[in-house]
Amino acid sequence: MSSEATGAEHAVDEGGLVFHPMDQFIIKPLFGDGAVAWYTPTNATLWMGLSIVAIIVLLVLSTSKRAIVPSRAQSIAELAYGFVYKMVEDVTGKDGVKYFPYIMTLFMFIVCANFLGLLPMAFTPTSHIAVTAVMAMAVFLSVTIIGFYKNGLGFLGVFWISSAPLALRPILALIEVISYFVRPVSHSIRLAGNMMAGHAVMKVFAAFAAIAIASPIAIVAISAIYALEMLVAFIQAYVFAILTCVYLKDALHPHH
Amino acid sequence: MEGDVVQMGAYIGAGLACTGMGGAAIGIGHVVGNYLSGALRNPSAAGGQTATMFIGIAFSEALGIFSFLVALLLMFAV
Amino acid sequence: MATQTHDAGQAVAEAPGMPQLDFTSFPNQIFWLVVTLVIIYLVLDRVALPRIGAILAERQGTITNDIAAAEDLKVKAVEAEGIYNQALADARAEAQTIAAETRAEIQGDLNDAIAKADAEIAAKAAESEKAIAEIRASALEAVEAVATDTAAEIVAVLGGKADAKGVAAAVTERMKG
Repeated sequence: MSSEATGAEHAVDEGGLVFHPMDQFIIKPLFGDGAVAWYTPTNATLWMGLSIVAIIVLLVLSTSKRAIVPSRAQSIAELAYGFVYKMVEDVTGKDGVKYFPYIMTLFMFIVCANFLGLLPMAFTPTSHIAVTAVMAMAVFLSVTIIGFYKNGLGFLGVFWISSAPLALRPILALIEVISYFVRPVSHSIRLAGNMMAGHAVMKVFAAFAAIAIASPIAIVAISAIYALEMLVAFIQAYVFAILTCVYLKDALHPHH
Repeated sequence: MEGDVVQMGAYIGAGLACTGMGGAAIGIGHVVGNYLSGALRNPSAAGGQTATMFIGIAFSEALGIFSFLVALLLMFAV
Repeated sequence: MATQTHDAGQAVAEAPGMPQLDFTSFPNQIFWLVVTLVIIYLVLDRVALPRIGAILAERQGTITNDIAAAEDLKVKAVEAEGIYNQALADARAEAQTIAAETRAEIQGDLNDAIAKADAEIAAKAAESEKAIAEIRASALEAVEAVATDTAAEIVAVLGGKADAKGVAAAVTERMKG
């Protein structure tokens, strides 16, 4: 394959699809066609900003009345608060509650970005490995730092499973160390991969809809996958948040 | 329709990588099925274990996502 | 190998392949992500979470107070019910004594009245019997006289000579028979 062939003709090569399923993830500048510098406002910026707006509408504006008997919007805000708060409290225990705002930030950002990304023509920031990797690395680093800060070298006990037979412990420790360092990778790829996969599958079916015979099937399939993606959008945010809580629990209570 | 051997290998590899997703599907089915059979035996304990089930699903699914990612990498990035 | 040339060509916007692996856009995304997360964190930490927490705490307080008030009222209601039941039992007992007394009184009056009536009836009956006896006696006398007269007349009509004494004796004889 020559380098010239990788250009615009490539999309035509791919089984005759009208558009490329990966085109939706391309980062474009909002204004003009220049290169993407680190400060350029792009479509990613736009949709991250929209998720900020959604969070402000959902959590700040809806609760502005501070009603004892909540309105619909306010009860959504209370539901989100109670859901994440209970999750943090259940998983990490009482001393993890002070990290609740951070986990709530991650959860609300992911859930809003995922759901906004499901709108037609939208861009999903969480489908980009750069975004999720930053969040996962932030979680990984802060959990490691909190673990060493709270427990000193006792944090290394998280790798030393005292309930296992003594002979097995070094091997288990090795496995634990590896799995500890794989955490940010799986944490970030899980979210980005799920989002990317769902949106790419929808785009593939959307391309099939251009073929007249296949279009009814394609439209039914898009509807079904859209419903599944709504579920996935929430579950992935939930999973990201609860795994953060689980890692945080390891940092706060390293001895199993 | 002419391509080189590298591209063919990449596409075949992508197809093979997709079989890994079946493993993740089996794993998720196991997790949820066992959760459900446990929950039907002891419904009162089920509510507290939903989070654990989701963590199990997440771990199981991550591996399927890895294979999907390998497929995508082979198709688009190699 | 297409790899190197392909990667090099990815800076072009419409290049196929995975935009996720287009490293030129990474600084941009990371920068805006950090900005977004900081803004969301500030909004949540400064405004939203304290407010929702306060609302929930306030509601919890209200509910707790209401439940306490309800408990209070329930205790009062139970007390009131006890008092009411006590009053009801008292009233019932009183009513029963009153009813028994009244019944005894009425029974006494009734017995008196019956006794009196019985006595009266007995007196009346005795009187009547006496009157009847008198009437019967006088009636018998009258019958005898009428019979004697009638017999004398019949005898006379039949052409016989009636001896008054004999007639009377015969009538008396017959009457006895």
